[in-house]
Amino acid sequence: MATTAAPAPINTPAGTSYAPGEATGIWSWLTTVDHKRIGTLYLWTALTFFIVAGIEAFIIRLQLMKPNNQLVSAEMYNQLFTMHGTTMVFLVIMPLSAAFFNYLIPLQIGARDVAFPRLNAFSYWVYLFGGIFMTVPIFFDVAPNGGWFGYAPLTTMQFSGGLNIDFWVIGLQILGVSSLAAAFNFITTIINMRAPGMSLMRMPIFTWMSFVVQFLLILAFPAITIALFFLQFDRFFGTQFYEIAAGADPLLWQHLFWVFGHPEVYILILPAFGLVSEILPTFSKKPLFGYNVMVYSGIMIGFLGFGVWAHHMFAVGMGATADTIFAMATLLIGIPTGVKIFNWVATMWGGNIRFTVAMKFAISLVALFTIGGISGVMHSSPPTDLQQTDTYFIVAHFHYVLFGGSIMGIMGGIYFYYPKIFGRYMSEKLGNWHFWSFFVGMNMTFFPMHYAGMLGMPRRIYTYDIGQGWEQFNLWSTVGALLQGVGLICFVYNFVKSRKRGEVAPNDAWGAGTLEWSIPSPPPDYNFAKIPYVTSRYPLWDIKQPEMTAELTHTAPDAGVIADAHAVPMHEETQYYTAKSLGIPMPFPTIKPLFAALFMVLMMAGLVFIHLDLFWVAIFVMIGSGAAFVGSLYGWLTSPLE
Amino acid sequence: MTVATADTPAGHEGHHEHVHYTSTGLENRKIAIWALIGSECMLFASLISTYLIYKGRSKVGPFPHEWSCKTSNVVGKTAELVAGCAPADVLKPILDIPVTSQSTFVLLMSSLAMVLALAAVENKGHPLPAGAGWWDRCLASSKFWLMATAVMGVAFIGYQSYEFTSFVHEGLTIKTNLFGSSFFTLTGFHGAHVTVGVLWLMSLLWIDRTRGLGPKDELVVDICALYWHFVDVVWIVIFTLVYLIS
Amino acid sequence: MSDDAKHATETHHPTGNQYLKIAIILTVITAIEVWAYYIPALVASPLFNPALIIMSALKFAIVVLYYMHIKFDHSLFRLLFTASLILAMCTGTALMFLFGVFKL
Repeated sequence: MATTAAPAPINTPAGTSYAPGEATGIWSWLTTVDHKRIGTLYLWTALTFFIVAGIEAFIIRLQLMKPNNQLVSAEMYNQLFTMHGTTMVFLVIMPLSAAFFNYLIPLQIGARDVAFPRLNAFSYWVYLFGGIFMTVPIFFDVAPNGGWFGYAPLTTMQFSGGLNIDFWVIGLQILGVSSLAAAFNFITTIINMRAPGMSLMRMPIFTWMSFVVQFLLILAFPAITIALFFLQFDRFFGTQFYEIAAGADPLLWQHLFWVFGHPEVYILILPAFGLVSEILPTFSKKPLFGYNVMVYSGIMIGFLGFGVWAHHMFAVGMGATADTIFAMATLLIGIPTGVKIFNWVATMWGGNIRFTVAMKFAISLVALFTIGGISGVMHSSPPTDLQQTDTYFIVAHFHYVLFGGSIMGIMGGIYFYYPKIFGRYMSEKLGNWHFWSFFVGMNMTFFPMHYAGMLGMPRRIYTYDIGQGWEQFNLWSTVGALLQGVGLICFVYNFVKSRKRGEVAPNDAWGAGTLEWSIPSPPPDYNFAKIPYVTSRYPLWDIKQPEMTAELTHTAPDAGVIADAHAVPMHEETQYYTAKSLGIPMPFPTIKPLFAALFMVLMMAGLVFIHLDLFWVAIFVMIGSGAAFVGSLYGWLTSPLE
Repeated sequence: MTVATADTPAGHEGHHEHVHYTSTGLENRKIAIWALIGSECMLFASLISTYLIYKGRSKVGPFPHEWSCKTSNVVGKTAELVAGCAPADVLKPILDIPVTSQSTFVLLMSSLAMVLALAAVENKGHPLPAGAGWWDRCLASSKFWLMATAVMGVAFIGYQSYEFTSFVHEGLTIKTNLFGSSFFTLTGFHGAHVTVGVLWLMSLLWIDRTRGLGPKDELVVDICALYWHFVDVVWIVIFTLVYLIS
Repeated sequence: MSDDAKHATETHHPTGNQYLKIAIILTVITAIEVWAYYIPALVASPLFNPALIIMSALKFAIVVLYYMHIKFDHSLFRLLFTASLILAMCTGTALMFLFGVFKL
C-alpha cells in the first residue's frame, strides 16, 4: 500500500445491484471468490429450494385437507414429506443462514474477505451440486422416502430397496462436506480477521451466534457423517451395522443421528437469533440489552445442545436414569433461551420503535419462538413426551420454532439486509402483505396441529378416516398453508422486482450502528478502503449518534496494532474506488473450486450406479472423477491466491 | 507476535504473498488445521464408540481375542475350550498382536521423523556447528526426514494391507459379523487418513526437491506435521482399545 | 518480522536430541503395553484395563504436548483441541453408557 497520490473515485449512477467497477456476466459469477457474491449465490439458491420445499409442503397439506383423500399416492406422499423436511433443513434454512454468514461476517468484523476465499467458493458449489442431486429424483418418483431423519434399519436395503435412500444418504454426505468446509473457514475468519479494536466482546451478536454455530457444525457433523457411512456401507458393501439379525442395535442410528440432530436444531435457530439481535436494537434506537448475557446464553445453548440428544428418543425405553438425565439437561436449555427472549423484550422496552417489515418479522420471532419453546419444554418431560411423541403435536412444536423462529427471523434479515446487498430497499407495502399473510397463515396452519396431535393424529400419516375429530383442524391447517403461499408469492415478487425498481438505499439504510452500514450499498469488492479501528460495540453510532452509545465502554486499541493494520479512525465511506487504485491486493477469480466441487460430487454420486447394476460404470465414474478432483485440488493449491 | 505488514514483499518465485494483518498474530491455516483436528476427534470418537458398543455382540466368529468353533456356539478365551471342535472348524483369535505392534512402532517412529523434518526446515540456512558429525548433517536434511516419514507411512499401510488380507484368508471380511464390519471400518478410516497424510508428505517432498523448503515454509510443514501426529495419536488409542484390551 | 525475533519465540521448541528421547519414552511405554498383554496373570488382573488406558493416555499426551508442540504454542490451539477432545470423549462415554458397555 505504497500509494501516495489520492486514488480517484469511480462515479456511476447509484442503485445498481452490482457495485460499480465490478466484473459482470455469468463467468464472473462462476469464478467468483468474493464472499459477498458467494453470499448472494447462497441466497438465490436457497430461496429457490425454499419455493420447491414450499410446494412440497402445500401438496402435503392438500392431501391432508379432507379425510380419505387420495390426491397423491401413499408412496409419493412419503417422498414429499421426506423431501420437504430434508430440503427445508439442509437446503433452505442452513444455506440461508450461510448466505448471511458469507455476506455479513467479514463486513461486521471489518475484514476484506473470509480467511479462505476459494474454500468458500468450494463450499457453495458443493452445496449447489449436492442440492440438485437430492432434489431432482422427486420428479422421477425415486426421491428419498424414509423421513428426514432416515431411521435405520428402516433405511437399509432389506426394508428400503431401490435408489430412493441412496440419494438421501449420499446427498447428505455431500452437503456435510459443504457445511464443514464453510465452518472451518468462518471459525478462522472470526478468530483472526477482526479489525483492530474489534474484541470478541464487541462483535455484533449475529457474528457471535454464527461463531457458536460453526463450532456446533464441526463438532456435530462428524457424528452423522459416521452414521451415514455405516448406512452407506450397509447398503452398498454388505456390512452389518444396522442388521438386527446379526446382533446390531436398532438404536445405533438413532443415537448417532441425534448426537448430530440436536445441535443441528441450534444450527438452524441461532443465526436467526443473531439477525433479530441486529434488527431489534436498530429499530428500537437502543443498544442491545444485556449484550454480555446474550453472548453467554448463546454459548450455553450451544454447549448444552450436545447433552440433550436422547430427548428425541424417550419413547424407545432407555430406562429411568437416562431419561431423567436427558430431561433435566433439556429443561436447563430453557434458561439461556428464556434469557434471550427477555433481553429482546427489554431491548424494545422504552425504545423509539419503528415498525418496519423487518422489525415486524423480528418481533414475531420473539413471540412465535416463545410458543414453540414452551411446547418444547412440555415434551422435555418424558411422561408428557410419551403422550406427544410422533403426533402432530411435535409437528406443531418444531414448526413454531423452525418457521416461527428460523424462517421469520431470516425473512426479517432479508428485508433488513436487502438494501445492503442490492443497493435498493424492498417494498414495505408488499412486505406488509407478505408479513401478515405469513404471520396469520403460519399460526392458522400450525396452531391447530397441537389439537390434532393431542387427539392422537400421528405424524407422517398418509390419510385418515372420518370421525376422529381431526377434520376441522386439518382443514384449517390447509387454509393457513394457502395463505402462506400467498405470502410467499408476495415475497418472491417483491424480492425480484425491488432489485431494479426499489427505492435507492444509502450506506446506512436503517440508522444501524455496526460496521457493515459504514460502507456503500452494495459494498465494493474490497469492502473497506481503510480498515477502521473500533472503539465500542456500535462504532457507527459512535460517530453518528454518540448519545446512544454514551453508556458503553469505549477503548481504542494500542497504537502499534492500529499501525500494523494500517487502520484509521472510524469513518463512513461513500465513494467507490477500484481495489487496484487503493493498492489492495484482491484474490484472483478462479474456476478451480467449482471444478473441485463438481468432481467431488460426481465421485460421491458415482456410487449410485452400483444399485443400477452398472458396477464398472460406478468404478469408472468414481475413480475418474476422484482423480479429476485431486487434480483440481492440486491445481487450486499450487496457484497463488492473489 | 505480529505478522509483517502488508507492504512487506515476502513473495518468492513471482508469488505476490502479501502478509496480512491478523487479529491474533496467528496464521489462518494453523487455526483451521486445529479446528479440523477438533472435528476429527468427534469423528473418531463416533467410530471408536461404535466399535466398543458392538464388541462382543457378534453372533458368529472369527472374534478378535476369543477362540470359537464354526459348527458349535462355543466361544472361549483359551484353545482348550474348543478342543471338541474339528480342527478345520476352529477359529483362532484373529488379531495379530506381534505384527500390529511392529506397525504401531513404525507409526510412532514416523512421528519422530516428522518432528525432525519440521526442525530441519526451521533451521535451514543455519550453518552447521564446527566439527559437525554425520548425525548433525543428517538432522539438517529436511528431504531425508520427509522421505523417512512418508516411507514409514507407506510401511504402515503395507502392514495394514497384510493384516486385512490375512484376515480375509482366515474368514473375516467386512460382511462376516459386527466385529468385521466395525473393525474394518474403524481401521480402514484410519488407514485412509494415513494415505492422505502420505500424499501430503510426498507433495511437500516434491516442493522440497524442486525449490527447497526453508524457514519461511515452516507453516506449510507444520500443518502437515500436526495432521500426521494427530493420525498417530488416533492409532495410539486404537492400538490400546482395539488390539490390547479384551 | 525479523528472523531473530522469530527464533526468539521458538527457543522453547525441543531440540533434535530431545525429540529422540521422547521417541524412546514412547517406545518403552508401547513395549510395556505389549509385554503386559502376554502375561496372563496381568491380563486377569482388574487393573489391566485401567493400566493400559493410562499408558495409552500418557502416550497420547506426550505426542500432543511435545510433537504437536501444543505445550509451547498459543493457548488458542490448546483450547480448540482440548475442548473438542473433551466433548468427543464425553459423547463417546455417554453413548457407551446408553448401550450398556458400562454399568452404573
